[in-house]
Amino acid sequence: MNSTMSLRVFAIIIAVAALATLPLWMGGIYYINVASQILLYAVFALGLNVLVGYAGLTSLGHAGLFGVAAYATGYMLQLGYGHTESILVALLVGVASMAVYAVLSLRSTGIGFIMITLALGEILWGLAYRWISLTGGDNGINVPKRPAPFGYSLSNATNFYFTTLIVFLLVVVVMAIFVRSPLGAALRGTRDQPRRMNALGYHVWAIRFYACLFSGLLTAVSGILFVYYTQFISPQTLALTSSAEVLLMVIAGGPGTLLGPIVGAGLVVIVKTVVSGFIERWNFLLGAIFVAIVILMPDGLVPGTTRLWRLATRKRAPVAAKTEGAP
Amino acid sequence: MSRKLSRRKFMAGTAAGAALATFKFPTPALAQAAPFKLGLLTVKTGPLAQGGIQMEQGVVTYLKEKNYTFAGRKVEFISADTGGNPAGTKTKAQELIEREKVDAILGPLAAFELLAVTDYITEQKTPMLSLAGAEDMTQRRPNPYFLRPSATSAQAMHPMADFAAKELKLKRIVTISEDFAFGHEQMGGFQQTFEEAGGKIVNKIWPPLVTPDYTPFVAQIGDCDGVCQGFAGSNPLRFLKTYAAAGLKYPVVTGETGGDDALLRSFGDEALGMYSSCPYTLDLDTDGNKRFVAAMQKDYGVDPGFYAAGLYVAAQTVAAGLEKSNGKSDDKDAFIKALRSVELKDTPRGAIKYDHFGNVVGDFFIRHLEKANGKYVNKTVKTYHNISQFWTYDEKKFLAAPVYSRNYPPMKS
Repeated sequence: MNSTMSLRVFAIIIAVAALATLPLWMGGIYYINVASQILLYAVFALGLNVLVGYAGLTSLGHAGLFGVAAYATGYMLQLGYGHTESILVALLVGVASMAVYAVLSLRSTGIGFIMITLALGEILWGLAYRWISLTGGDNGINVPKRPAPFGYSLSNATNFYFTTLIVFLLVVVVMAIFVRSPLGAALRGTRDQPRRMNALGYHVWAIRFYACLFSGLLTAVSGILFVYYTQFISPQTLALTSSAEVLLMVIAGGPGTLLGPIVGAGLVVIVKTVVSGFIERWNFLLGAIFVAIVILMPDGLVPGTTRLWRLATRKRAPVAAKTEGAP
Repeated sequence: MSRKLSRRKFMAGTAAGAALATFKFPTPALAQAAPFKLGLLTVKTGPLAQGGIQMEQGVVTYLKEKNYTFAGRKVEFISADTGGNPAGTKTKAQELIEREKVDAILGPLAAFELLAVTDYITEQKTPMLSLAGAEDMTQRRPNPYFLRPSATSAQAMHPMADFAAKELKLKRIVTISEDFAFGHEQMGGFQQTFEEAGGKIVNKIWPPLVTPDYTPFVAQIGDCDGVCQGFAGSNPLRFLKTYAAAGLKYPVVTGETGGDDALLRSFGDEALGMYSSCPYTLDLDTDGNKRFVAAMQKDYGVDPGFYAAGLYVAAQTVAAGLEKSNGKSDDKDAFIKALRSVELKDTPRGAIKYDHFGNVVGDFFIRHLEKANGKYVNKTVKTYHNISQFWTYDEKKFLAAPVYSRNYPPMKS
């Protein structure tokens, strides 16, 4: 127990150190930008994972929320407000939209939930596309400048990476706390045994509603990072394919794990941006990878690898495993 | 054993590399001959792919003609697929500039892709030569690193409107085009010139870019003697089919995308009689064009259209600009200056030059869609020479007015 614990702490320290020094050993700005993208999509995937992994509610409309936060930022900046106000309003708008989503879609679970969130996502996409006076339609909204808090200009790729990294680490810590908190435990309870939870006196709907708000907040955070990263937002970002993409990140990495969505985000972003430069049919490759994951590791890359790892270590040291397992 | 071998190989490799490096270092002349890197942002997947693939074919045709050498420098060509979406365009532009370190970028295709990267290329000072319409890129918000070798959205529409009013004697026209900047700007330009020539726009109809069925929009066409359509991609095909199916017989006029030569093999009889205005025409009788068309037909088995020709001219411009700067592209500001001062005599679209905003000045062709030997052809009926983005208007007055949009010029009641 103690040795695995220290191993885990060691791994976390290594990972954080690697991420913190990434601009030093990663060759070139391009790869630093790819890393920023991975981190911001990881935040998005972590947000969706709250629902998919811990609440057992699969949403196909999260790109809508992501886009709403991005549009809110872009529109506020266009109106001439400062970055702080714009970000705060975008967070509020993101969470408020999620609240509306939740009120409408939490009337059901399973397929019903998927279909309602899908419909809501499409409505938001339609609004972005057709409400031209607000969103600029197909032409989108430009964000001419990234902010420079305390003179720390984010237009520099490395600085933007560090900012994204800080936000990302904060989100990971908050997620870890959330998962261990009584609310997180209750949420998993509503996923596995909603009727028993109800019988035990838990308000299942309210627990799910809070989870939705939390997921909406993280999604809004990633949407804001996205709009500052690309400095541009247009309806394509809200399309169903984006929702599906982030859902695939969660499913490929391993829903219901802390590390899974991060690994999934890394996989999808790398195939989409880096590998697509070499292979024209990268969509096909991504599809093939997912099929492989579904066949070989149906519960995702992270749980699958963990299982393989355990299998390997158990073979090598069966005695140790036995004594550890004994009371 | 095998491990040892590979390590030895590795050592030998490094040694050779180091030796090469030391040999290369003291000869600065070699550094000048470093390959010129030319990037292309195009769309090879999705609904815009038809034009996007022709863009790449156009560039490659020119590169082959020049044996991949511009001004004595080897050209390294890197093509990237944006997927036709703005976020993808940004990522791919970053890939080209930050990873591949390209010296110039051709493309992207669509205005919304261009708008997503315009600030970025200014920041990076990388010359960009694009087909995309977005008028203000060379007008009210000019980008110093941008060149447009094709046409602004309205540039082909000004002569079309002139022709429609003066030669076709049309009086009342309904416009129909996609509801995005390219459509708005095309129709705005048409309206302005047409109304000045005494005509009247009676209705403007805006279907969205992705419209499954044009019937409800076609049903609104009436009380007119002509229709101006400004569709792009494969939409002109679908629009004209619906238009003919509705039994409408008003003459149709259009711009470069609505009657593109590359679409001809997909058109049916419903397109016969359509007039289009285009900065490129397949039947232009010059050596440059004949060479280009023959090469395209030989390599790809297709007739080139506006997209392929536009990118061929863009690549020609880059080659000529590099020639002017004596093969130097490191000083970006000097290089863009050289590019903008390029004047070409023999391009597939005839002679061209650039105005001080980096927008092309050249000939525009009014073509009539006919059937000859069982094939559909665009036959040139009139050529407007040396047309700039400002048409016959005074530049200052033109720039003082708002950019063409959904509501500008306003409808007259």
